[in-house]
Amino acid sequence: MPFSAQPPASGERYALSASLDNARHLSSLLRAVHFQDYATCLATASGLRVTVEDAKCIQANAFIQAEIFQEFSVQEESVMFRISLSVLLDCLTIFGTSSLPGTSTALRMCYHGYGHPLMLFLEEGGVVTVCKINTQEPDELLDFDFCSTKVVNKIILQSEGLREAFAELDMTSEVLQITMSPDKPYFRLSTFGNAGSAHLDYPRDSDLMEAFYCNQTQTNRYKISLLKPSTKALALSCKVSIRTDAQGFLSLQYMIRNEDGQICFVEYYCCPDENITEAEL
Amino acid sequence: MRFRAKIVDVACLNHFSRIINTIAKLAKTCILRLTVCKLYFILSDKVANGGASMWCELSQGNFFDEFQMEGVAAEHNEIYLEFVPENLSRALKTAQSAKAVKIKLTNKHCPCLRVAVELPSLSSSSRIVTHDIPVGVIPRRMWNDFKEPRVPDFDVSIYLPVLKTMKSVVERMKNLSNFIVIEANLSGEMNLKIETDLVSVTTHFKDLGNPPWASEDGCQSSAQGRDLESMAEACIDIKKLQQLLAGQQVNPTKALCNIVRKRIVHFILLHEEVSLQYFIPAIA
Repeated sequence: MPFSAQPPASGERYALSASLDNARHLSSLLRAVHFQDYATCLATASGLRVTVEDAKCIQANAFIQAEIFQEFSVQEESVMFRISLSVLLDCLTIFGTSSLPGTSTALRMCYHGYGHPLMLFLEEGGVVTVCKINTQEPDELLDFDFCSTKVVNKIILQSEGLREAFAELDMTSEVLQITMSPDKPYFRLSTFGNAGSAHLDYPRDSDLMEAFYCNQTQTNRYKISLLKPSTKALALSCKVSIRTDAQGFLSLQYMIRNEDGQICFVEYYCCPDENITEAEL
Repeated sequence: MRFRAKIVDVACLNHFSRIINTIAKLAKTCILRLTVCKLYFILSDKVANGGASMWCELSQGNFFDEFQMEGVAAEHNEIYLEFVPENLSRALKTAQSAKAVKIKLTNKHCPCLRVAVELPSLSSSSRIVTHDIPVGVIPRRMWNDFKEPRVPDFDVSIYLPVLKTMKSVVERMKNLSNFIVIEANLSGEMNLKIETDLVSVTTHFKDLGNPPWASEDGCQSSAQGRDLESMAEACIDIKKLQQLLAGQQVNPTKALCNIVRKRIVHFILLHEEVSLQYFIPAIA
């Protein structure tokens, strides 16, 4: 193998260096947040967080813990860079996306630090691909200031219950309205499209409802075009937690089990749509 | 000028359809050359085709149960027709469960290839679906434009990697760049490379093997005095390469390419009954 194709020895001092036996553990999670071209990567000792934002109102984060990797080392306290997520995904899936049993792409990732490209070494069946992706200065990320103490309403649902609903959302509606309440209708998804309004209710004693902690009746609307991409994360996940705070900020947390049964998380944060007044609700 | 042919065997029909599908992916318009023994699909390297050219050859006996052809003249017993392969591909799509397919050259209002697909039916009379595919008859004085291209004086000849892997890699690279560099050496190594302002990706294949070519004096071309490690490279339009690979629906028996450094890449794909050559010129 030519010298340039060899991944660097582990002794070299890289700001970030990681190995993964099955690149799909990373690529499938990144696809769940791929609704914009660019993403911000943050690597710390706990693992990798990839953040995508849009319109200053929605943020998606994919978390891949250090334990998922066969090797994961970050030299400084944290390493952060902005990168084209589209290009990163094309590189991670260079050998194709179909998962034949027994075949997987092995990945090695190296990043020298600020100003350097992200290097990927991918191998499948004896064929090696080397990628060098330019990185940029990371943007400042939104801080939704969403912590568990501020949560007003929370439910945990099995994802299969929501999948069809999200896949079939009436996209002619500008908003998705979410009602959470200790009383009926408990949990309701509503849209107001060209053909009329649609309401989908989930009773609190439904089999799909794993946890129901609603203290206050809240109805909030979110721009549907911003939430629609979360359908990808929902499709991969087994469970989803839906939480709102006093301002109506929405947190969707998806629990995703990968091919090896390991758990990873993807979360979406969304601001409520400000254009409607209380009177309209 | 007369031409009529018939395919009855289902396997031959499917194979023939697959070949037409492959041709349709490579050329919007091409030449069909009919001789007593063979069919040729030809795309010449005019600028309008983006410089790529194609030569596909198959023995009619391997596909047709009946084949009758009378050329323009006794001493030039051939027919050259210009046609749109996608039209033929679509006609053959309706023939997947056909009892028979008949192809005939007709000239009712204008020259056409009439494809009559006989479909099974519950009643005693068959259902026949007929497609008329317009063709242009190429006059004899232009036949020289469509001669078989010579194998170029290549720097490196190498077997292609597993096409499925090559196809995945090229498809992804096509998202990243318009051009791809293909380079190989006489030690069985091939690299596919793309490079833009944003990203560079190189895929390394090894142990591919280099086909032996007999040189003009009958001896096997010797590698003596030729640097085995040195790469011959050509930068080509990635879309053309992707079309070639996407059109391969069945794994060829033999697949190789000849690289003339910075000039042209010549692909040869051999299946049992058909050979396909595709030439992609290098970007200056």
